Amino acid sequence: MLLRHTPKEVKERTALTINPAKTCQPIGAMYAALGIHGCLPHSHGSQGCYAYHRSTLTRHYKEPVMAATSSFTEGASVFGGQANLLQAINNIFSVYEPEVIAVHTTCLSETIGDDIPQIIAKARDEGKIPPGRHVIHANTPSYVGSHVTGFANMVKGMVDYLAKSNGHKENRVNLIPGYVEPCDMEEIKRLAGELGVPHIMFPDTSNVLNAPQTGRYHMFPPGGVTVEELALAGSSVGTVALGRMASGPAARALDTKCKVPCEILDLPIGLKATDAFIDTLRQIAGVTVPDSINIERGRLVDVITDMHQYFFGRKVALAGDPDQLISLTQFLVDLDMWPIHIVTGTPGKKFETRIKEITKDVPHPVNVRATGDMFLLHQWLKSEPVDLLMGNTYLKYIARDEDIPLVRFGFPILDRVGHSYFPTVGYRGGLRLLEKILDAILDRQDRDAPEESFELVM
Amino acid sequence: MATVNAEELGAPVIDINAEEVKKELLSKYPTKVARKRAKQIVVNEVAPDGAVPEIAVNVRTIPGIISQRGCTYAGCKGVVLGPTRDIVNITHGPIGCGFYSWLTRRNQTKPPGPEAHNFMTYCFSTDMQDEQIIFGGEKKLRQAIQEAYDLFHPKAIGLFATCPVGLIGDDVHAVAREMKEKLGDCNVFAFSCEGYKGVSQSAGHHIANNGIFTHVVGLDDTVKEGEFKINMLGEYNIGGDAFEIERLFDDIGVTLISTFSGNSSYEYFANSHTADLNLIMCHRSINYVAEMMETKFGIPWIKVNFIGAGATAKSLRKIAGYFENKELSALVEEVIAREMPAVEKVREEVKANCEGKRAMLFVGGSRAHHYQELFQEIGMETIAAGYEFAHRDDYEGRRVLPSIKVDADSRNIEELHVEPDPERYRPRLAPEGIERLAKAGIELSGYEGMMAEMASGSLIIDDISQFETEKLIEIYRPDIICAGIKEKYAIQKSGVPMKQLHSYDSGGPYAGFKGAINFYREIDRMVNSKVWKYLKAPWQEHPELAAKYVWE
Repeated sequence: MLLRHTPKEVKERTALTINPAKTCQPIGAMYAALGIHGCLPHSHGSQGCYAYHRSTLTRHYKEPVMAATSSFTEGASVFGGQANLLQAINNIFSVYEPEVIAVHTTCLSETIGDDIPQIIAKARDEGKIPPGRHVIHANTPSYVGSHVTGFANMVKGMVDYLAKSNGHKENRVNLIPGYVEPCDMEEIKRLAGELGVPHIMFPDTSNVLNAPQTGRYHMFPPGGVTVEELALAGSSVGTVALGRMASGPAARALDTKCKVPCEILDLPIGLKATDAFIDTLRQIAGVTVPDSINIERGRLVDVITDMHQYFFGRKVALAGDPDQLISLTQFLVDLDMWPIHIVTGTPGKKFETRIKEITKDVPHPVNVRATGDMFLLHQWLKSEPVDLLMGNTYLKYIARDEDIPLVRFGFPILDRVGHSYFPTVGYRGGLRLLEKILDAILDRQDRDAPEESFELVM
Repeated sequence: MATVNAEELGAPVIDINAEEVKKELLSKYPTKVARKRAKQIVVNEVAPDGAVPEIAVNVRTIPGIISQRGCTYAGCKGVVLGPTRDIVNITHGPIGCGFYSWLTRRNQTKPPGPEAHNFMTYCFSTDMQDEQIIFGGEKKLRQAIQEAYDLFHPKAIGLFATCPVGLIGDDVHAVAREMKEKLGDCNVFAFSCEGYKGVSQSAGHHIANNGIFTHVVGLDDTVKEGEFKINMLGEYNIGGDAFEIERLFDDIGVTLISTFSGNSSYEYFANSHTADLNLIMCHRSINYVAEMMETKFGIPWIKVNFIGAGATAKSLRKIAGYFENKELSALVEEVIAREMPAVEKVREEVKANCEGKRAMLFVGGSRAHHYQELFQEIGMETIAAGYEFAHRDDYEGRRVLPSIKVDADSRNIEELHVEPDPERYRPRLAPEGIERLAKAGIELSGYEGMMAEMASGSLIIDDISQFETEKLIEIYRPDIICAGIKEKYAIQKSGVPMKQLHSYDSGGPYAGFKGAINFYREIDRMVNSKVWKYLKAPWQEHPELAAKYVWE
């Protein structure tokens, strides 16, 4: 057994996290910043942070992930990192020539208390920021929240630094897609396009972290929201933010700063959440939903009716990020599946309340923990086994030990491809999730079926 | 630029002037950066006596210049202590550091049985919150140790300090001492491996090794059976390398007491001072442990290399030579003779496909050197190489040790002062023995470094930057580059295959004879993959317009 030391009995732990279901803020900020066109994320801390974040993002996306660092040494940690950041800004603009540097802090620079806006102002005064180029920042202390918080903070930083109101409202909706895959961002844009709604999406990592192989490397790939678009976001008629935790803060900041009203929705994963997204967008923009979308929706409903027999009453354990888990749990409940063990590492009381509300009619006790970890999840399912696991790659150890099928979903996925190319949002994404869940369940049924009941037609 | 672009000119690479390339690499840097990098980029020139030019290495990374390097914590917790299966390694800090170092280096391990301790699949962290940053984290750390002990009853618990821990002043060593005493049957020790210390992972290796040497080595005096007892230092069992080396040791009848630290256990470390010879694989990460073990326990060391079939054979012969035993030598020859036909068969096959192709290696503290042998065996030349975190002796050989200046960053990393152990010191070799070995060509405590074995005129680049990597690709269009995961896809997006030599992508083992076969095949697959011919669509190759809707 690979997790041979995990006992069935749960003893409450107050200090030791084992097998976390989250990671730290800066990596989320780095991911978000890659969704700005021509942007080089910059980690203000010691160089291990950016090395770890780049490595993890690279392993997940199998794409170049470029970023820079302030490379703190002992001296910088004592005297502050101003000199390092000024030098970094100068070097980055000289050598790599990005349009934007997006600085995020780390536990190190936060503990020291470096004042990033002051350092950026100094860099500007000293002429280290070429005309027309930008340096933005977000505070992302690793000891608060999680990678999701870091993502949210950097998206908010985009609003704080770059969104401007030009005094009138333009017929256009801002879309904040949440901490989702590049292909999900693409799919959300496609759906808005099908509806005929002009939009600006930020951040947008499509064509950045799922860029084509052309034989020519470009440090700044063609994708990403441009600085001009981010400025215009301040004059859009409204904002639809997907994922309360990852997108809420930026949407509210834009409302405060530029008076752009917002609707904050769940991530459009599964039937109901996608319905809510389409319906909201339709009403805001005053458009009629075209038949093409009705067809997509109908297909998803059709497959649910076709395959309901395999989903009904199956017990599922989930680990992942709050925004994803809320929509996914709803989707599973809508399939008449029983999500019974749910952990996220990201703190937040609302999460537990939402999950309890969504699962209130599940005819089985439901375990949910916002500050949980995968060790706890494993203990729960040792007592109350499940038919399916859904979550990131780390769950494969539990899946193997307990012999439970695993559907990879979320971040990070280090051992498979596809997650950055095939969306799980929208109706088409729902279809893909159904396909993956069904494959996992039926492959297992085939594997375990006695010869006499091994069947061709299922 | 065009003056040195081989592809455009169709000029053979040999004609590319390395000094010109160096100028090109520095051309875009601000003056201060260029001045510093100029000392870290050297055109190799090997004198008849093996002397090579001096290179500036183990110096600070320049802020804003995208480097391959990681931090001290990564070197300590990730690299050195990561591959040991039965120590509960608790990261004291916010969650990220523990998370990123959780199973990501592909260290494999094989516990002796289903009940044996194996914590490598687990990640332990105090998940520090702002409350601890403000009020201190020692209380939470103490509680975390207690919880880990209550759950797992491990033989040992290691504590790893992350950046903020050093700043807020948590005394991890005091907590370790206190808890060790409290728990009674569990060795608790701590590492001050905050990420800001030192200039690279190398400092972390040092801190980790010092800690293990201080707190673990020498605790178990049991003398195991075996005529030829050895330790393997600086082998981390990536992709199963240690398993292949262990197979060979078994076959030649050599007893492996401990590996530092691939496929290792706490107990092996504790007993390692009973070995009679230390073998060093990765000189950078661990040569000082061999030195300390020699001083304290009297164990000599030799440099070995199990990367490459020829190097493996040579290293096995060196071990047999050290023990001066005819039977052992005969067994070694037998094993080499048994293994080589399979190697030769694949080597010939692969060489036919790869001969004349060119590689660049920018990785690690020893791999950029070791892997050149494997490439040579299939007829491939290494035209540029460099390390990520090595020191001058890894480049220029140990002959330069006396002339290495200790700067402020290195001074921050503790050097242990070691003396012969009053009870355990036992010199394994008498002076005449040393002389005899020298005459037989067995060099003790020696390492010539990478540069002496590279062609004059090749480029040596320490701590290469992303910008320099891109320039090199543009100028040389190498057939393959070896580096790490962060570099992989930028290189491949340029149409050049890239092999990870930290974690081997998903491959391995590459050590020993079987490893050599795996590597030959892997490189053949990579440099000759069909996919590189498909980068352009037919209409991009021939974009001429045709008439509309005409079939002919």
